[in-house]
Order: sequence, then structure tokens, then C-alpha cells
Amino acid sequence: MNYVFEFGQVFAAWDELLAGALRTLWLSAASMAIGLVVAIAGALGKTSGPRWLRWVIDAYIELIRNTPFLIQIFMVFFGLPAIGIRLEADQAALLALVINVGAYGIEIIRAGIESIQKGQIEAGKALGLHPLQIFRHIVLKPALQAIYPSLTSQFILLMLNSSVCSAIAASELTAAANDIQARNFRSFEVYFVVTGMYFVLSLMFWGIFAWVERTFLRQPATR
Amino acid sequence: MRSLGPNEIWFILLAVRWTLLLSIAAFAGGTVGGLLIALMRTSRFKGLRWAAIAYIKLFQGTPLLMQLVLAFFVPGIFGIDVDPWGAAALGLSLHASAFLGEIWRGCIEVVPKGQWEASSALGLRYWNQMRHIVVPQAFRIAIPPTVGFLVQLIKATSLASIIGFVELTRAAQVINNAVFQPFTIFGLVALTYFIVCWPLSLYSRRMEQKLALATR
Repeated sequence: MNYVFEFGQVFAAWDELLAGALRTLWLSAASMAIGLVVAIAGALGKTSGPRWLRWVIDAYIELIRNTPFLIQIFMVFFGLPAIGIRLEADQAALLALVINVGAYGIEIIRAGIESIQKGQIEAGKALGLHPLQIFRHIVLKPALQAIYPSLTSQFILLMLNSSVCSAIAASELTAAANDIQARNFRSFEVYFVVTGMYFVLSLMFWGIFAWVERTFLRQPATR
Repeated sequence: MRSLGPNEIWFILLAVRWTLLLSIAAFAGGTVGGLLIALMRTSRFKGLRWAAIAYIKLFQGTPLLMQLVLAFFVPGIFGIDVDPWGAAALGLSLHASAFLGEIWRGCIEVVPKGQWEASSALGLRYWNQMRHIVVPQAFRIAIPPTVGFLVQLIKATSLASIIGFVELTRAAQVINNAVFQPFTIFGLVALTYFIVCWPLSLYSRRMEQKLALATR
């Protein structure tokens, strides 16, 4: 093994790496938030919408879940201009991530909604609650508790998946790594450090999600 | 400028064989590695369990793209030359090992403890218990999630295009660079992936429902 490691040149670009990590953080947090809204709307449409809407949502879910994310982002970035929608790389990345996580989120949230027993909703109706109140207090919160683990691991997958956005040169951590190694050719060192940074980001998300669960989603004590 | 003719479309469609071949290679490698990880993860020895947990966490906590890029550059450090095909097959196998290992651990742990106790009362040792008692029962429940992961793996092979392996996605990029009709080309490629993946997804879901009914 004659390879000489030169991590110095990687750490010299620490400001670029940090900026990239922050962009990744922002990109994934934004797509988690918007994706969650899409998923809730989609799950509502799928459980109580008209038949044609359910069909459309099903088609969307199957299409997204059975094609690679890389192709989805190419479609958004290179394909959409053909029908007159032109997006910056960063906007395309955000849109593609939202579309992707939305499809997975709908199925997760629908499973949560279906975990609520009918009697609970009927009890809500009997108490004279408005349908929106029933959804918020009787369906949404207990459903969130039920689906929290799968939803959060989907979010972490999304964060890791955002590295694929470098393929259209959206600004995030992997793209920063590509820039740095194009300058100094220390490919292994750069990608090794960046992989470590992604791992730290994952640990951070795992930590935050566990904290949120402990603090806000604890099951009420059963009597 | 070239235009998108039958030759170009044929070139893209034929590249699906490399996608399939890479998926098969990664699934085979992942099966061997995954079995090892699952056995380590359920082992009586703390050291083995911890090593398996560390491996799984590492691969589930870093992007697959980075894993593939490192699979491309790390062998070079040891003076071993790998081409994009070797790097992609290696990276995807290691990746699949972690995920299949975690899936199969769950399936092994579902087998009731009494089965272990009964078989050890019959004088069976670890390997025979695994082979004749535990694995046959775990196998049945492992099918739906394993097929589900296979779909993930087939989609994941598209990332091999980024390290330069010419499979379906890379072939589409090559043609698109020449004819620039991204909507049609990537649409066609999406459809091809869909045709490969959707039946597997449906099968996985059907088996899962069947199993859920059987165990109710």
C-alpha cells in the first residue's frame, strides 16, 4: 500500500463542506415539511375522496415507488422544460424530493389513518365535533403516534437520497464534494470525509426524532 | 444533430440487460453478506452482535451514492484496479448485505423461542437448529420484504450511472446528450424501470396480505 493520504487539502475547504452540509440540511428539512403536507393531503384523498381521485393518487404512488429517484429528478430538471416549466437546479431538487417522499408518505399515513377504529370516529360525531376537529384530534394525533417510526426513517432516507441531487448540480453536500475533488483530485479523501459528515447528519436526525417522540408523542397513560 | 430513431431507442432498451445483471449480482452478493449479518446480529456472542449492528448503522446512515463512490476509489488505495462494473457490484452488494441482514434478523427473531428450546431438547446443535427448524419458518415470512427490497435494489442500480457504468440510466443520458429529447427519453426509461419493478411490488404486497391472513 503506497497510497499517501492527504486529508489536509480536504480540511482546507472546510467552509465549502460546512456550507454544503447546511444546504443538505435545509433541502431535506424543507422537503420533509412540504412532503408531509402532500402525504397528508394524499392520504385524505385516498381514504375519503371520490373514486377518480383515489385512482389518480394510486397511479402517482405506484409510478413514483417503482421508478428510480435519479430518473425522477432528470424528468423534473430536463424533462419539464419540454412542457414549458423551467426550474433552477435547486428548485428542481426540492420539487423532485417532495414528489418522491410524498408517494411514500401517503401509504405510511394512510396506514396510520386506517389504524384508527371506526368507533372512535363515531364517538367524535356523537359528541358533535366538526369533521375537521375529528380529523385533527381523533384521527391525526393517534395516527401520528402509530406511524412515527416508519415516517421518520423515511425522512432519514430522504436526507440520504438528497445526495443524488448532485447529479443535476443542485447545491448540497455531495455537489460540494464534487467541486472540491475536481480541484485537488483527492477523490478518496474528499468522499470519505463527506460520507462521515452524512453519517453525523443521520445521527443528528435520529437524535432529534427520538427527542420529539419522547417529548410530544408519548402515549397518554392508560388507566 | 442526430435524431431519436429506432436505433437510439433500441440502444437504450438493450441497456436494461446491464441493469438486470447488476441487480442480480448485487442481490447474490447481498444474499451471502446479508445471511452473515443476520446470523451475527442474532448470535449469542456480544462482539458479533455489535459488529453487525455497527455495519448496519454505517450503511443505513450514509448515502448509497457515497458508498458506490467509495467502492470505486477505496480499492485503488490498495493498488487494486476496479472498473465501474466491479465497483458498482461491490458497493451494491455491501449495501444490500446491511439491509437484507436487518430484514432477515427480524424474520429469524419472529420464530418463537419455544422452537429453539424444543429443538435443543431434541439434541440439535446451532447449525442444525438453524437449517432444519428456524430458517424454513423464517424463510416464508422473509419473502415479501425481501422482494420489496429487491425493487429498491433494482432502482438503486441507476446510481451506478454516476460512477460511469453504462446501464439503462447511463445509456439514456448518452443518447440524450446526442439528440436532446429528455422528456421522451427519460419518460421511456422510467416506463422501463416501472415494467421491471411493478410486478415485483405487486407480488410482494400480495404475499404480504396472504401471510397476514394466514397468521391471523
